[in-house]
Amino acid sequence: MFARVIPIVIKEFLELRRDKGARFLLVVPPILQMLIFGYAASYEVYHVSTAVLDLDHSQESRDLISRFTSSTRFNVVKVTQSPRVISATIDASDAAVALVIHAGFAELLRKGQAAPLQVIVDGTNSNTALIALGYVNTIAAGFAQDYQTDLMQRIQGVRGTRQVQVTLEQRPWFNEDLNGQWFFVPGLIGTLTLVIIVNLTAFAIVREREVGTLEQIMVSPIRPAELILGKTVPFFIVGLGEVALVVAVGILWFQVPFVGNPLVLLLGTALFLCSTLALGLLISTVCSTQQQAFSLNFFVLNPFFILSGFSFPISSMPQVLQWFTYLNPLRYYLVVIRGTFLKGVGLDVLWPQLLAMAAIALVLLATSILRFRKSLE
Amino acid sequence: MKLRRFKAIAVKEVLQIWRDPRSLMIALLLPFTQMFLFGYGVNLDLKHIPVCTFDREGSQLSQALLKHFQASQYFAIVHNVNSYPEMVAAIDGADCRAGIVIPPDFSERLNDSGAASVQAILDGTDDNTANIAFGYAAAVVSGYSSDVQLSQLDRQGRTLQLIQPMVVQSRVWFNEDLESRNFIIPGLVAVIMALVGAQLTSLTISREWERGTMELLISTPVKPSELMFGKLVPYLVLGWLDAAFCLAIAALWFGVPYRGTISALFLTTTLFLFVVLSIGYLLSVLIRSQVGASQIALVVTLLPTVLLSGYVFPIDQMPSFIQDITYLIYSRYYVTILKAIFLKGAGILDLLTPILFLVVYALAVVVLAARAFHKRLA
Repeated sequence: MFARVIPIVIKEFLELRRDKGARFLLVVPPILQMLIFGYAASYEVYHVSTAVLDLDHSQESRDLISRFTSSTRFNVVKVTQSPRVISATIDASDAAVALVIHAGFAELLRKGQAAPLQVIVDGTNSNTALIALGYVNTIAAGFAQDYQTDLMQRIQGVRGTRQVQVTLEQRPWFNEDLNGQWFFVPGLIGTLTLVIIVNLTAFAIVREREVGTLEQIMVSPIRPAELILGKTVPFFIVGLGEVALVVAVGILWFQVPFVGNPLVLLLGTALFLCSTLALGLLISTVCSTQQQAFSLNFFVLNPFFILSGFSFPISSMPQVLQWFTYLNPLRYYLVVIRGTFLKGVGLDVLWPQLLAMAAIALVLLATSILRFRKSLE
Repeated sequence: MKLRRFKAIAVKEVLQIWRDPRSLMIALLLPFTQMFLFGYGVNLDLKHIPVCTFDREGSQLSQALLKHFQASQYFAIVHNVNSYPEMVAAIDGADCRAGIVIPPDFSERLNDSGAASVQAILDGTDDNTANIAFGYAAAVVSGYSSDVQLSQLDRQGRTLQLIQPMVVQSRVWFNEDLESRNFIIPGLVAVIMALVGAQLTSLTISREWERGTMELLISTPVKPSELMFGKLVPYLVLGWLDAAFCLAIAALWFGVPYRGTISALFLTTTLFLFVVLSIGYLLSVLIRSQVGASQIALVVTLLPTVLLSGYVFPIDQMPSFIQDITYLIYSRYYVTILKAIFLKGAGILDLLTPILFLVVYALAVVVLAARAFHKRLA
């Protein structure tokens, strides 16, 4: 059997070696994409562009606003005296948040009546809006608290009342500063690998069919399983190289800590590569032209990407879609890669993921061999 | 440019599309199914975040706090653990995204000094979920805190109002309930159209080369510009159909509020389709082999469109050199346009900047594509 597999492997490598463009495509785009996307993919909100309308002009209102100006989270882009400017600024997306302090703010404060701070938020991006509102509330609560302590010290009678306060301490594990890159860079490694490998293998057989060389292979004594195997091995080796490349960018450039066991990651990567290779080969056997393979590629890759937990939490999806995600090898690989990078967990935790990827790989490989045999007849 | 030759090419292209039903089906079904699938998948709203609780005290007060968590729709308590290692295992295995730990001296401290603290252990691997979960948890705890204060004041027979010196009145515009679906789905339409559009045309020329029919085309008197427009127009019709499908699903099925005008939508969509289709065409001209064309198309469309167009990840939060790169991502403009038309009800005049960018883009690509195509064999 090996006697027939090895020539196919050699042939594939020769094809790759003689294709200068392909070699370039294998090395440069993954590195570039890692570098660019590693910076782009993040939900963190660093600087909220803010417009300010202060109609009170009191010491209190200025104090409140200075808390926003001095915060690194807010970036005051416009200070105005007209409500119309405020709505125009929000409409044009020049500011995401507007703070409005109406006349009489300080008076209400001094009387101890709830003085309103009006906040207008552009909800177009709900995630940013939610986070920005959280920042606003924190600053406002700090201001209110300070003002209240101040007030209590001045008013004698209240001193007897004891304040009850339960606070919540934040203890993030694995990523103490909640650095967004540490979440997305490992995810990108998996996603890029998926795109590259499926794209590479999807054309493996359909190209031979279109160019007409498949007929030559078919008249040789090779069996379908052997051909599929011979096609898989070179891409597997290429895939390992790709993963090593992007992992290196993640660790060396983005400084994402790797606290786990490299061998667990290697095992996970091997199983993931097998399942994506099998997926690509299946696409290749189903299609009769390269254009179809190409379309199907898009058809398949985007769902894998969206339904993987890379950027949209799986737990927020409807139940039916959550079942779909169980068919997605990327879903499991992301757990493995994030688990080994940040959590440092081992086989005792990750075995279900590995098992699932192995099962997907087996089923897909078997199907593509069967499909291929059928298409020969 | 002669209308007769342009028409001849267009008719040939239509026949070619029509007689390849498999590809046609893919072109029509692809956006349709993707809209349905992703419309449900793209959701950043966190509800029922799985948490585990570790009540080291087991008192009435600590249980009352946990009841507050139970009542919150943002949390789902999936485990009540009794030891630290159990909690570690639950978070390691990603069964829980957060753990609430109540210290053994919780009620003692609360009764003595009035100040007690509770720990929120967060799975920091997903920083966004961790951040939002912490915000929700802090709100639950402060609700509990004021409940305790009120009941204590009650017991003392005092009716003193809690002084609340300031309230934050927040008004959310355009997306009043802060539903992530409302902003992601219009962006999703743009992403799907960018992907589908580029792949519709990306093989038209390289296919002619590979099948050998290019020799026939070159021997005809057709001019490069006639060939280009003749090939683009049939796909533009197909693109319109796809876009209409996607936009209708977004507005009617997913109920994304549509506040703009149809004319603004039609104009900008046509412009965007033109850019996307001519980019696919340009790639097809530049790269003769189908595999090469498709690989480049994939590299320049799929991930950049998804990650750099601003459809989920806000562009204004990216480092400035990445922001510069996003100007090259043509989907960026259409994402901006669609969000503004859907949620803000923006008209053509409000959208002049992105429209202008798209026009410049379209012109540049068309000129490049017309220049790149030579009627020469070899």
